[in-house]
Amino acid sequence: MRQFRGWYWMALVVVLLLIAMVAVARGAVSVSFSAVIDALHGRGDPTAVAIVRDLRLPRIVLGALVGAGLGASGAALQGALRNPLAEPYLLGVSGGAAVGAVIAYALGATSDALITLAAFGGAIAAVFVALGVARVGGRSARADLRTLLIAGVIVGAFANAAIMVALANTSPNNIRGALWWMMGSAVDANWQRVAWLAVSVLVAGGSLVYWAREIDVLSLGEDTAASLGVHVERAGRRAFLLAALLAAATVSAAGLIGFVGLVVPHIARGMGLRTNRPLIIAAGLIGATLVVAADLAARTVAAPTELPLGAITALLGVPFFLIQLRRIS
Amino acid sequence: MIEIKDLVVSYPGARRNAVDGVSFVSARGKLTALAGPNGSGKSSIVKAVLKRADIQRGSVSIDGRDVRLLSYGEFARKVAVVPQREDSAFPVQVREYVALGRYPHLGLWRAPSREDEAAVVEALAQAGVDDLADRDTDALSGGEWQRVRIARALAQKAPALVLDEPTTFLDVAHEMAIFELLASLARSGLAVLLVSHQLNLVARFADKIVLLAHGKVATSGSPVEVMNAERLESIYGWPVVVTRDPAVGAPALVPLRRPMQL
Repeated sequence: MRQFRGWYWMALVVVLLLIAMVAVARGAVSVSFSAVIDALHGRGDPTAVAIVRDLRLPRIVLGALVGAGLGASGAALQGALRNPLAEPYLLGVSGGAAVGAVIAYALGATSDALITLAAFGGAIAAVFVALGVARVGGRSARADLRTLLIAGVIVGAFANAAIMVALANTSPNNIRGALWWMMGSAVDANWQRVAWLAVSVLVAGGSLVYWAREIDVLSLGEDTAASLGVHVERAGRRAFLLAALLAAATVSAAGLIGFVGLVVPHIARGMGLRTNRPLIIAAGLIGATLVVAADLAARTVAAPTELPLGAITALLGVPFFLIQLRRIS
Repeated sequence: MIEIKDLVVSYPGARRNAVDGVSFVSARGKLTALAGPNGSGKSSIVKAVLKRADIQRGSVSIDGRDVRLLSYGEFARKVAVVPQREDSAFPVQVREYVALGRYPHLGLWRAPSREDEAAVVEALAQAGVDDLADRDTDALSGGEWQRVRIARALAQKAPALVLDEPTTFLDVAHEMAIFELLASLARSGLAVLLVSHQLNLVARFADKIVLLAHGKVATSGSPVEVMNAERLESIYGWPVVVTRDPAVGAPALVPLRRPMQL
């Protein structure tokens, strides 16, 4: 197995910054790097300043935060659930968020803040429903983590059915909005959204980093974790809720962006990381890089048509995952 | 010292109690073996020690304190447990794995101190796995993996050690090596409680055997006292004879072929 080296951290940060630089410069209108630097300082051509500061920069920062949140969430979940196929959207979060947003659309909500809030509310509601289902389905008061995973999948499936029903009754105009959102996109980025997402990612992600050692212990199995002084059920619920919170915040900010939470932790492990504290941080950095790069592709590949970001991440994610799978076996 | 007093454990929906009024003591400096047929309640007792079974009656106490009243951290500093099964999904480096044994000793930031690092080095040496420290846990043989798990428990530096069937799937040499290690740990002053169905090995190494049947203590005492052919026959429901093993003279169980029915 590969050994993780100290300079990899530097490499991860440098790659993220380089891709972000390119992403600021490229798009429907290309801006030279020197003009980008000027625009960041508010100098030069006012159009370039507007493009860089109000359109591209918030979009890139939003993409980075979404990727970081999904990567960290996925890494923590895989560890806590001891399942290499666990990912944030399996918790019913995505379905719940979509239901929240679609209901808001169907009710005719147009305010950006309102839809974000509805999506977040839906995601959190779905997580609590999943927790409730797991508790009823489990044999005792203890919600087994595997039961939790199954409950999340079931809640997600139910949510998808509810979306279809809701969409059947909405105007075509709203359907397009809802659909675009379900495919994931950073196109509606603005600084207000960025700020809201930044706070969520820092708080929930920071908490996961803090509890990472507990996740290390949890990943040894329930009996071993108990023998090391971890309250298995409480610790599992905590990791689950924090990961769900992260995913919910990203979904409410940019819709459904698949595969990042599943693939990114495996890339971090492939670099030689084993314990969860560095793993969660690295997954955040890699996730950020991946989503910024995917969003750049979404904007530029078929310009001026914009492709859905969620489709790009899935297109990139599947082969990545297959390569990883080959390396493991 | 681990003291089990009149312990009753039951699972929801079961017809009888899994553990039904068991009392015994696993003293410091002694290797105590918990033996008995499958389903006699051995693993349920381990679950009760781990606070992961519903204790209906009685108590499990460690150094005089009921485990249910200990905080999770305190508990893990008093007793280290090597459970029967452990299915970690992701490999870690052996050194990192053993360092997880220090979890109950870590401070607010969960950063290892110099003392933690020293304890890991010592545990690796004690279990004889220091040469495996840089390997990943998925690159270990069955015998190595069991020793590494014991090293993880030793890093906990608890005065009591509980092991649930640590030699399942191991060949003779690895099995013997683990038993030797456990006996020497007991001699060094730990209270070692070993769950095993390897009666013959237990008879050679243990200071005391507690033999369970149907959730109750069928008999307990020194190997010579416990290894009684008639009693073992009724507990296991199989014809046996007890002989002496030729090397050290410890009692040895030989299960017989069932007499041919004419």
